[in-house]
Amino acid sequence: MRVDLSVNGATHALEVEPRMSLLDCLRERLLLTGTHAGCEHGVCGACTVLIDGAPARSCLIFAVQADGYEITTIEGVTPGPGELSPVQDAFCETHGMQCGYCTPGMILTAHALLAGNPAPTRAQIVEAISANLCRCTGYAQIVEAIALAAERIRGLNEPAVKP
Amino acid sequence: MLADGDEMRIIAGGQTLVPLMAMRLARPKRLIDIARIPDLAFVRKEDGSVTIGATTRQCVVEYDPVVRAELPLLAKVLPFVGHAPIRSRGTIGGSLANADPAAEIVLVAVTLGATLIYQDGTRRVEVPASDFFLGPMLTAMPATGCLVAARFPIWREARVGVGFQEVNARASDFAFASAAAQIALDETGICRRAALGIGAITPCPLRLDGIAEALIGTRPDQAGVRAAVESALADIEPLSDLHASAGYRRRAAAALAARAVIEAYAAAKAAEDAHAR
Repeated sequence: MRVDLSVNGATHALEVEPRMSLLDCLRERLLLTGTHAGCEHGVCGACTVLIDGAPARSCLIFAVQADGYEITTIEGVTPGPGELSPVQDAFCETHGMQCGYCTPGMILTAHALLAGNPAPTRAQIVEAISANLCRCTGYAQIVEAIALAAERIRGLNEPAVKP
Repeated sequence: MLADGDEMRIIAGGQTLVPLMAMRLARPKRLIDIARIPDLAFVRKEDGSVTIGATTRQCVVEYDPVVRAELPLLAKVLPFVGHAPIRSRGTIGGSLANADPAAEIVLVAVTLGATLIYQDGTRRVEVPASDFFLGPMLTAMPATGCLVAARFPIWREARVGVGFQEVNARASDFAFASAAAQIALDETGICRRAALGIGAITPCPLRLDGIAEALIGTRPDQAGVRAAVESALADIEPLSDLHASAGYRRRAAAALAARAVIEAYAAAKAAEDAHAR
């Protein structure tokens, strides 16, 4: 089946099997391998992408169903080549990862959270990130990373030196 | 197309069906995607009820101002339906048609006495929730039917409060037991109307009308409700699995029902006359 996928601002006209998940299509057809395949049945969150800005499991939507939506993958959150988004920066600084397999999904979940809520409480961060499984870190530094990113993003519109 | 049979399934949000397909528990030959039919996604306030289109996404209903004002119980349970990435694709109708015994939206439909509306060929059929849900993943809707909407009654009383409680292994996982309550009080704080339902312990959510009726004219107390639910469940053999035994579920349901009633009662007491008209 023919599908027009809009991924990270670029449109791709593809011919895909109806049964191909968006996850497999991103990885195998568009070679965007930052979106990770974990459980492949919607539980772990490793394959999280943004669909029209909302976090979604790319393993639970077929590529043909994603026609016309604005899809953002981990490759699309950076401001430019070689740069990192504030959320990615914060994950590096707080060491919010060990093996890193879950990290792309975590980053996209965090981006979606902060886009809708620039000042989340710790409880709101924990609730949002509970949608993504991490088997290494115990989450403390991941939560810390998102709180740090929130603080920095909020600070972007404030005077450099506070009175 | 559905009438042609041949292992066809309707897909909307796909948040239950696609995992089943991934595990090869479902092997439909064809899928009919209804997610983008514009006429099926809406929240509409009518006289005394709110009708929600089947493909309205859960994340949309969760923040819908009409739902928040008129269906506080539905608004209350939605954050418990999966995680945010599930609710951003999952639909109201998908959850209702799937009829999972632990589904929060199903519990609300049963507790409030919603009406399920499906289309079967040219026939439009309306079924009360009490007759629609027959068992785990089993509804009165034929395989050729397609759920199009659900209509939830609005309570017009001035002071309405809702409560919802559940236990599960981890936030947003399937509930082992759950309870939902909606209570209306008069100006003196006496219960005038009550609805109580429990989920995840019987093949489909159970409305406890006898207990709800007994609350009318009283100021509900936790111990009384708990004892009443325990005795109401005495003759029921609850679902049982590796995670939660039948005995555990029975005890948990009684405790949660009592908490939900008290939560609803407290919320109703605190409620301003938001609905005064």
